[in-house]
Amino acid sequence: MKRYLIGRVGQALLVLWGAYTITYFILYLLPGDTLAIMLSASGMEADGLSPEDLAKARAYYGLDRGLFEQYFDLLWRAVHGDLGQSLSLGRPVTALLAERLPQTLALAGLAIVLSLLGGVGLAYLTAYLQWRPLKTALTRLPSLGFSVPVFWMGLLLIQVFAFGLGWFPATGSQGFASLVLPAVTLAIPSAAVYAQVLQRGFQGVWQEPYIATAFAKGLSRAQVQARHGLRNAALPLLTLIGLQVGNTVSGAVLVETIFSRNGVGRLAQEAVLRQDIPVVLAVVAVSAAAFVLVNLIVDLLYPWLDPRIAHTAKVS
Amino acid sequence: MSQPPLIEVRDLSVSYRFAGQQTQAIRGLSFSLQQGETLAIVGESGSGKSTLANALLGLLPGNAHIDQGELRVAGVDVAKAGERARRALRGRTVALVPQDPMVSLNPTLRVGQQIAEALQLAHRRRYPALDSEVLELLAQVGLDEPALRARQYPHELSGGMRQRVLIAIALAGDPRLIIADEPTSALDVTVQRRILDHLQRLVAERGISLLIITHDLGMACDRADRLLVMKHGELVEHASPRQVLWGSQQPYTRDLLNAAPAFVPRRRPGPPAGQAPLLRLSNVGKRFALPGQAAPFTALHDLSLDVYAGQTLAIVGESGSGKSTALRIALGLEAPSEGRVEFAGEDVTGYSWRAFRPLRRRIQLVQQNPFAALDPRFTVFDSIVEPLVSFGLLKGEALEQKARDLISRVQLPVQFLDRLPKELSGGQRQRVAIARALALEPEVLLLDEPVSALDVSVQAQILALLEALQRDLGIAYVLVSHDLAVVASMADQVLVLRRGEVVEQGAALQVLSQPQSSYTRELIAAIPGYSRSVLPVAV
Repeated sequence: MKRYLIGRVGQALLVLWGAYTITYFILYLLPGDTLAIMLSASGMEADGLSPEDLAKARAYYGLDRGLFEQYFDLLWRAVHGDLGQSLSLGRPVTALLAERLPQTLALAGLAIVLSLLGGVGLAYLTAYLQWRPLKTALTRLPSLGFSVPVFWMGLLLIQVFAFGLGWFPATGSQGFASLVLPAVTLAIPSAAVYAQVLQRGFQGVWQEPYIATAFAKGLSRAQVQARHGLRNAALPLLTLIGLQVGNTVSGAVLVETIFSRNGVGRLAQEAVLRQDIPVVLAVVAVSAAAFVLVNLIVDLLYPWLDPRIAHTAKVS
Repeated sequence: MSQPPLIEVRDLSVSYRFAGQQTQAIRGLSFSLQQGETLAIVGESGSGKSTLANALLGLLPGNAHIDQGELRVAGVDVAKAGERARRALRGRTVALVPQDPMVSLNPTLRVGQQIAEALQLAHRRRYPALDSEVLELLAQVGLDEPALRARQYPHELSGGMRQRVLIAIALAGDPRLIIADEPTSALDVTVQRRILDHLQRLVAERGISLLIITHDLGMACDRADRLLVMKHGELVEHASPRQVLWGSQQPYTRDLLNAAPAFVPRRRPGPPAGQAPLLRLSNVGKRFALPGQAAPFTALHDLSLDVYAGQTLAIVGESGSGKSTALRIALGLEAPSEGRVEFAGEDVTGYSWRAFRPLRRRIQLVQQNPFAALDPRFTVFDSIVEPLVSFGLLKGEALEQKARDLISRVQLPVQFLDRLPKELSGGQRQRVAIARALALEPEVLLLDEPVSALDVSVQAQILALLEALQRDLGIAYVLVSHDLAVVASMADQVLVLRRGEVVEQGAALQVLSQPQSSYTRELIAAIPGYSRSVLPVAV
């Protein structure tokens, strides 16, 4: 087990480094002069400066050095916890993240909880119901859930619950009430995927001979589903949750823009537009770390959910 | 017999509705079962015997419908009772020992929990003695170290042990009737026999009635007080085992009895003297390294065998005997740890995949499960010609002609070439698998339990086909089987394996009629229906 963990942490570090590096080089290959962008951000025109001043500024920011030199410099400092200065905002990236990250974590966390509750609940209900028409209707529901675009769903929710009913604020990032609509918007596509997969899982599990064994014991339908069905049907779901976390991060970009929340998603979007390399790199690193961490947790949960899987060497 | 019968079925008809079509599974069936009696229902696939078991438990699938009749279990008419009444019967009055122990236990719950659940239901609550009763039940069904077993998960137990756990679950509710649905068909013969003996003893001690559902007439005759023979949902015969064995009146029962290969070793001339063997394994052994253990696991030790053209060598053994390893080594899929493999005089022991490839044309395999051995998306034509295409031998019209030849060789109509495996029965699929193996005109055919997944009457047809092919084409067979009756009807040479060691080896007639080792004798005695070959009638 210890060896497995060390191996997995090693893999996680490799993934982080890969994400960081690939992002860096992609950003570098984009057309555009970093210095010009920085200058325009502070209200100056690059054309208005003399070549000497430009060269001086370039040297000051370390932009005159080679591609790899800059890369190693950034990487070295990142390893030591210094993610650099934002080029457009002129503040340390770590401070920016510290300010924005809690917002996004609260949003993503709530969205994940809601999507699990919604998705698992819907699938569980579908599997339990026996009245054909309703069962069929509930089986179709998930495909509706992930075919509706996030931005449209967001606008619809604002229209109904903020402008129509006035239950929740339409925009902003103050208080729990402002979190509800964005979290619901973000949760719907994931919930739909979970529901779809779990519905299939239940369909398969109901055919298993051990379900017949359970019924033959004299258990009721509800007992069979809770004790023998759910855990077996939920096995594929665990892997999916790990993968969906990645989607939650990209979903946060959209949702934070729609609801004008000050989160990492919006920070990332703005940073990409301004080619603010240190900020983009930091956001990518943070989301990669979250992704890797969640997947590690998922893999550690697997043997607990399915005893047939063991991470230690096993003798048959 | 003053007390009312435990089960009384009167004029029962059950049908399935599927895709707008109605199929009759049971037609007008009537029978009764007394407390303490053992009744066997015998039939081939599609005879409606499993539908009957499900109907008795009130567990018919949603698309099944009881059209008419009564189905009284302990006085309750299951056909008309509500779900609550049916549930009260399950476990406490009628218990089930299901067909395939490998998949009939919940893989994510400990064995002890699954038994405790049944006990708790029977007592309607949790109670202090629960854990000790679980251990007691585990001991009663003959499992060693009950405390350890209770903590284990199903995947940590063998098939036989899982079947014992399932019997413990069935006993937990202290039922009046146990329905055993093909209880041991997925297990090795000697394990089968021990478990059935054990089940019958437990049932007799407690005065529980037993309803055995099986396709094996021999086994049914050994075990039951009375037999019901079913065909296409109808009752064909209702008789005692003695009546069946002494000459049944019903042609269908006679057919079933005759279809089962009789345990009579055949006599055939051996290979002509001086002929070189086609396939020769000399002192072959295989060891597997186990993770976390210093000593390797010996799967096979010192195996030597010769296979001659036109002859059949049978390898007999139970699971874990090393027979599959021997097959894989003979096929060149696995390299032996020691010893040599020769094919047609050529030493192929250290051959690479590429070097072995030309030889693959000459040695082919027919697998055990015809339901899984064919690609479900390939038509029969695609499956049959695939070996020819992958060796680039034939094209166009010649390929189609060859496919037509092959399909008629295995006695299937030429129209079957366009069908998909799901449209074929088990026996037809096995014929297709044989046709595919024959496509490259091999000299040696490895048959891995070729008929064990098939109904008895179909088994007989496939065995006859294999026999005819060998006579016409002079192919050598290596037959791997646990069914000594099949072995007796086909083999010239027999090799008995146990835990990787050769127990006995020699001419079929000698090994099967005068077995030297006690293990071989045990295997022979475990043949279901073996007792009938001792009866003074020629069946």
